[in-house]
Amino acid sequence: MVDKQRIDEATGTQTVGHEWDGIEELDTPMPRWWLWTLYATIIWGLVYVVLYPAWPMVNSATEGVLGWSSRGDYQKALAAREAELEPIRQALVNTDIHDLPNNPELLNEAVQGGRSAFKVHCVQCHGAGAAGSKGYPNLNDDEWLWGGDMEAIEYTLVHGIRNPDHDETRFSQMPAFGRDGILQSNEIQDLVSYVRVLSNREQQSASSNRGAALFEVNCAVCHGNDAKGDRMQGAPNLTDAINLYGLDRASLTDTITNSRYGVMPRWGHRLDAATIRMLTAYVHSLGGGEAAPESEDTATEQAAIATEAETPVDEQS
Amino acid sequence: MSNPDEILDPQLQLYEKRKGVYPKAVDGTFRRLKWAIMAVTLAIYYITPWIRWDRGPYAPDQAVLVDLANRRFFMFGIEIWPHEFYYVAGMLVMAGIGLFLVTSAVGRAWCGYSCPQTVWTDLFQHIERAIDGDRNAQFRLQDAPWGPKKIFKRLSKWTIWLLVALATGGAWIFYFADAPTLARDFFSGEAAFVAYATVGVLTATTFIFGGFMREQVCIYMCPWPRIQAAMMDEKSLTVTYKDWRGEPRGSVKKAEAQPGSFGDCIDCNQCVAVCPTGIDIRDGPQIGCITCALCIDACDKVMDQVGRPRGLIDYVTEEDAELEKAGQSHTPVLKTLFRPRTILYFSAWGAIGLAMLFAVGNRTRIDISANHDRNPLYVQLADGAVRNAYTANLRNMENRPRTMEVSMSGLGQAVLWSSEGSRETAGQTVTIDVPADSVGRMRLFVAAPGVGASREEFVLTVRAVDDRTAQDSHNVFFERPESAE
Repeated sequence: MVDKQRIDEATGTQTVGHEWDGIEELDTPMPRWWLWTLYATIIWGLVYVVLYPAWPMVNSATEGVLGWSSRGDYQKALAAREAELEPIRQALVNTDIHDLPNNPELLNEAVQGGRSAFKVHCVQCHGAGAAGSKGYPNLNDDEWLWGGDMEAIEYTLVHGIRNPDHDETRFSQMPAFGRDGILQSNEIQDLVSYVRVLSNREQQSASSNRGAALFEVNCAVCHGNDAKGDRMQGAPNLTDAINLYGLDRASLTDTITNSRYGVMPRWGHRLDAATIRMLTAYVHSLGGGEAAPESEDTATEQAAIATEAETPVDEQS
Repeated sequence: MSNPDEILDPQLQLYEKRKGVYPKAVDGTFRRLKWAIMAVTLAIYYITPWIRWDRGPYAPDQAVLVDLANRRFFMFGIEIWPHEFYYVAGMLVMAGIGLFLVTSAVGRAWCGYSCPQTVWTDLFQHIERAIDGDRNAQFRLQDAPWGPKKIFKRLSKWTIWLLVALATGGAWIFYFADAPTLARDFFSGEAAFVAYATVGVLTATTFIFGGFMREQVCIYMCPWPRIQAAMMDEKSLTVTYKDWRGEPRGSVKKAEAQPGSFGDCIDCNQCVAVCPTGIDIRDGPQIGCITCALCIDACDKVMDQVGRPRGLIDYVTEEDAELEKAGQSHTPVLKTLFRPRTILYFSAWGAIGLAMLFAVGNRTRIDISANHDRNPLYVQLADGAVRNAYTANLRNMENRPRTMEVSMSGLGQAVLWSSEGSRETAGQTVTIDVPADSVGRMRLFVAAPGVGASREEFVLTVRAVDDRTAQDSHNVFFERPESAE
């Protein structure tokens, strides 16, 4: 190959000696600064190896004298963000929940924070879009078993529903009319007919007329004579179009025969007050949130209870 | 200079030290053109960020501003938002086609006159001549041993270079923030770290590229010379040494002694002495030639002195060179300039420019886009109605706050409200105040009877209350459960 080397006529440059189909390559020397840049990158590499994590070892890598790690960077960024959010959290806790809607910026911050917290703590039952499923309430709609204003939502969040170890939890229990032998199965079918008439799913019939009489005796005490429910007891409105457990005959039969006993954990001792307020604002913002009730009696009473939420234990770290 | 019989060098080095280039000062037509272009381009670069442009109280008053933090690009009367980035893409395409056009018509004119590397190298070489003297003095100084005089000259040259480099790097950052404010912050040490870092990097590159790398950048680092070489053809202007007229070379004395046996080139080497990249144009077209035409100026001056016609080195197309060699006259200039290739480039370039101008003139400065909630798609309400939710982005691209009205059409018996309102107060329109030059975001709720098609298309339209002619619409869907139970 070397013997094919020659001086190129046009440029006066020596060729490399390769030849492909008459095409040859000039052996032009590289500029020397190019070599210096190569040395510079080598020095850079050596410095980098000393300063930063580089050599893989058996269990980890060399740490580098700067002690830098991507996880450490992340922790720093997280701490910085937490510090940034702290004033918002403080403002949220210090703001009366009735005043929150009057402060659109703070409310917006709360809704955004609640959206994140919801994805961690609530989606397991209520679903990613808070649309729920059978037995798990859809938080987007305008039907609320225990009340849909901010204060009521926050109370539910703090104290939960039907928590056996907690006195202030929202509690009620519907009798299992069939299982406990209070009603016969044909009576239950009459009641089912009546409930379906109430919500316009069925035409009035002899069965539903018998059911109406049974309703007055067995159900009206909680669901009301007009069957519009009672939020103090979490008794659903039976005259509207939606129901947590379904309005088809089979579901209603099951509900009346065996009762329902939906449980929601209480979050007052797990989450800090600011996070709970954020969740409240988020759930309220989904579309079904109600304005605060007119009467102040129950409102102030519940506010007093809500603010006495236990101190969080597992959010201290 | 090439000799096939030359002995091969067995010790050929892999790396070669840069050969210093010490171009001689020259005056002439093209030198003056280069002065003028240098003055204009540097003036544009340094002055542009300081031009003020009144846009009212809600927008910056800097004529040209790339506001990265707020993602806005201001250029005199035009403001570009991130979603309009295709204007920038279009300008880049125009710059590309423009380069094709220029290269196919007048060769490497970009390299010779307006490339920043050329302009700043030229500037640095003038400074060098002012301190060190002209070509021969520079040779002597280079070879002289280090002493107080050489150290003083080197230090003063590098200091001035560094100051020019600093001004170059310093000017760049003013395109990205309010220039007077940034200048004050920069010198009081209050500017952002990125400002100092940018100035540092650009100062270093200007100093190194303009002072030391020079033609090495053009020959080894820059892709344009290679690409431009591929875009030139036999009708492109290029700096040509007319060897048929010049060869064989011989001094004036020799020519007098033996009339008729020598060409016009008197082998004075002036063309080599003035070349900023240190090449010999008489070797023919080559990658190192940036077609700055300083050798034409030098040669013309010599030809005037020896009383021979100018243009021994000249801008000539390859085609004309062949014609001239054969004793024929040149193709008319217009015929060379206007040929299918250049006309095609110019048409494409002009069409893109016109299309963009038309688009800029007709764009609306109001915009709506709405995203339907995917989870849940719909919500059944207690009274049997169905509600859908949308997140709407309302762009107010004017430099004043505007009240916008969003209305709904094409969905029977439906009502519309926003997160500010409620279903009780719902109607066919909602309004929102959008601050100047920003995006207003709102949650929209639409409720319609529960019975109907599972998917219905309707239109959300936004209008500015103060200017009802400007409007924008967005088609969205309304979803219902497949069938009520």
